[in-house]
Amino acid sequence: MSDSTILKVDQVTKRFGGLTALDKVSFAVEAGEIRGLIGPNGAGKSTMFKNIAGFYTPTSGDIIYQGQSIRGQKPHTIAELGIVRTFQETTLFQELTVFENVLVGCHKHARSNLFKAIFKLDREIEQAATHKALEVLEFMGLVERRDQFASELPLGSQRALAISIALASEPSLLLMDEPFAGMNPEETNHMMELTRKVRDSGITIVLVEHDMKAVMGLCNYLTVLNFGQLLAEGTPDDIRNNDRVIEAYLGGGVH
Amino acid sequence: MNSKPARIVLSLLLLVGLLLLPHFLQFHHQDLLIFLTINVLVVASYRIVTLTGEWSLIHAVMMGVGGYTAALVFKQFELGMWFTLPLAGIVAAAIAALLCFPLFRMTQFYFLIGSFAAGEAIRLCWIRFVQPFGGTGGLSGVEPPLIGDIDFLEAVPYYYLTLAVVGLCLFILYRIENSRIGLILHSVHWKAPLAESVGVDTWRYRALAFIIGSFFVGVAGGLKVHYLGTITPNQFGVGFMVFILIWVIVGGYNRFYGPIIGVVVLTLFDESIRSLEEIRPAIYGAVLIISILFLPQGLESIVGRVKRLFARKPAGGTPSGDR
Repeated sequence: MSDSTILKVDQVTKRFGGLTALDKVSFAVEAGEIRGLIGPNGAGKSTMFKNIAGFYTPTSGDIIYQGQSIRGQKPHTIAELGIVRTFQETTLFQELTVFENVLVGCHKHARSNLFKAIFKLDREIEQAATHKALEVLEFMGLVERRDQFASELPLGSQRALAISIALASEPSLLLMDEPFAGMNPEETNHMMELTRKVRDSGITIVLVEHDMKAVMGLCNYLTVLNFGQLLAEGTPDDIRNNDRVIEAYLGGGVH
Repeated sequence: MNSKPARIVLSLLLLVGLLLLPHFLQFHHQDLLIFLTINVLVVASYRIVTLTGEWSLIHAVMMGVGGYTAALVFKQFELGMWFTLPLAGIVAAAIAALLCFPLFRMTQFYFLIGSFAAGEAIRLCWIRFVQPFGGTGGLSGVEPPLIGDIDFLEAVPYYYLTLAVVGLCLFILYRIENSRIGLILHSVHWKAPLAESVGVDTWRYRALAFIIGSFFVGVAGGLKVHYLGTITPNQFGVGFMVFILIWVIVGGYNRFYGPIIGVVVLTLFDESIRSLEEIRPAIYGAVLIISILFLPQGLESIVGRVKRLFARKPAGGTPSGDR
């Protein structure tokens, strides 16, 4: 394991009763890359994400993040350590404004306590959080929409907001669950640019995605799962020409 | 948003009104005013519990925990109200903290049922253990404090005392709700997994809301027992809990002032139809159904409508933009 390895998934198995959703899957993610986790429906991609982010605990195997095992930790602890996920479809605080959504994202670095809250001694913390939130909104191009309710945003902006919430917590590893689902080509292009921008700011990205065009254009390395097992790994070109992958996708999808 | 001077004038008018109010009332109504003021704290503290989306059925019993604490401490140690009131809150908060461990393994309906069962268990303890809780007859002989020559047994001084304590508690609750803690409580309610994904320990925040709410309703229980002088298990049964729920739902629970409007309006309404005697519950029930049918957002939504009528610009501002 090299020094630049940020995440190492080691022989992870996840069973639900008799169903084996993940079967001894191992792979490693290097710091600074955009890694694609792909595979046909039911391959276990989302299950893998949930294991890494602490929403599930692996039945066996280990997950090492920055040299430290995070197996069995609670989601909020894993977020503290720097792994933050976004969700499939659009998961936002719909009832809060764009700005408030991002303020919640600042939680990790804007701790307050009851005493401070009651006596308003947390101004400095709040100012720092406000500053951070505006910076993130600026970065993601949402600053003009900050007073709108999250539910009022168009799809593309909602996805950008979901990423903004994650970025506000200053992650080192961002797990993106189908960030391009349901987007038109224009929105997809914009989101690809944003994703590259996030990577360039020093955040490692792992994404699960079905949109092959986006995945091939964006990722430098791909990990392919099929029926819960590791099928192949390689650069987009390798994967495009891998017979087993083409077979798994029934010859379609990858071109 | 209202301008700041307008708000200050409005608050001052409200304060003067509240201070003068008892002098225009008969004794019976002064009594009612004190209980209403205490109930305002009951619903306002219940609101902070509901902020995380969990509706508990133990709030009334927590008020009783505060009340029994105040009564026992007063009778055993002859400590005055300045000690019994904070202790009432602290003991209620401590019991709530212990209950968090079993209760917050559950959510939604399971939490509702679990909190109800826990509450009944506490209430049965008061009935079963005659020593020290006094059984079904409860405890009596709890006196209000004496400060100099002011006798707080009188309704008007006790009302002022209650008003001061409740005012302070409401101020603290308001500050909490409008701080980062309040924002996180909201976020836990709307999307717990998303909050967790950015590092919010949802269990801790649910517990925190429950403990804060229990503290303040415990104080309310202390205020009540010092005025009534007696406390029985039946004061804190399901009946009272249902009233708390009705006040909060009819008042509305999306704004800080919603539950307060609910308890004030419904208490005044109930009092105004007192002369109807036996058909009074039927009318009360009918009004509840009508209000929920036509004002599903609660009485608080009327405030928003009136504001919009007077406001020149269309409603597009954020209700919480001053955070």
